[in-house]
Amino acid sequence: MSDNIFEKVKPVIADKLGIGEDEIKLESHFINDLGADSLGLVDITMALEEEYNMEIPDEEASKLLTVGAMIDYIKNHVK
Amino acid sequence: MKIDLSGKNVLITGSQRGIGQAIALGFAKAGANVLVNYPFESEKTAAEETSDLLKSFGVSSMIYQADISKQKEVDQMIEDMLSQWGSIDILVNNAGITRDKLLIKMDDEDWQKVLDINLTGTFRCCRAVSKVMMSKRYGRIINISSVMGLQGNAGQTNYSASKGGIIAFSKAMAKEFGARNITVNCVAPGYISTAMTQVLPETVRQNFINRVLIKREGSPDDIMHAVLFLASDQASYITGQVIVVDGGLTL
Repeated sequence: MSDNIFEKVKPVIADKLGIGEDEIKLESHFINDLGADSLGLVDITMALEEEYNMEIPDEEASKLLTVGAMIDYIKNHVK
Repeated sequence: MKIDLSGKNVLITGSQRGIGQAIALGFAKAGANVLVNYPFESEKTAAEETSDLLKSFGVSSMIYQADISKQKEVDQMIEDMLSQWGSIDILVNNAGITRDKLLIKMDDEDWQKVLDINLTGTFRCCRAVSKVMMSKRYGRIINISSVMGLQGNAGQTNYSASKGGIIAFSKAMAKEFGARNITVNCVAPGYISTAMTQVLPETVRQNFINRVLIKREGSPDDIMHAVLFLASDQASYITGQVIVVDGGLTL
């Protein structure tokens, strides 16, 4: 299921950060590796919340700093 | 310098008459499609007439009734504009009201109503378009403030606060969205001849005009030119600024 989610979140992250999908790895850090700023992170989180029809509380979202962590969170919380 | 905005989609709040209408016409002449927002049914005819005028310049235009002090109506307007035209490139927050009273006579409702429409309405429209502009990495937001927001005016504590708030809001927003190629600027009109100023007593009017260095009343077109410039590609490196258009009134 992780692979499936990874394939789905890739284009979202790429679109929001204006980068290529091939730059995005599971271990990529949003800020250090992918160049996201705080607004970019919020933008990605909001888009994924919409995509998966779920809510990621701010205090949780602020800890999801790698693509892998984000995917794990979605995997564990999606209905 | 020719300003070309062909193909751009513009939302102007309160553009059925007054300064907003002049701005709408300016955009249409520059080739932009304009959504004419108006607040309630009794303004519909004015909105329709404005919209017809805009179409005579060969651009698309639609009218949309929405009270910007109501979040639902703002969101619906943005959603419908997007489904009709596909994008929002430029937002002009122009809608505004006055409820002039001396502070000692001002009740909560006079205060709240002016803040709700002028300041909170601006915030709501900005928030609603920010997502769209963010993903497009393009946006021009021009908020109509007032010289009263810089200097304050007796009898207008509510209006002055709302217009000063717009300036501070715009600067903060400019900082949040600069990296997304979204500029946020203000135009601060001085004494402009519109329905809003025609209700002022003659002595007040004369007093203003006497203090204006360029010896005439400002016209809505004076404001439109500044707004159009800030919306243009030529102004792409200007953000978080206030252009005062007051003929030198506050100098």
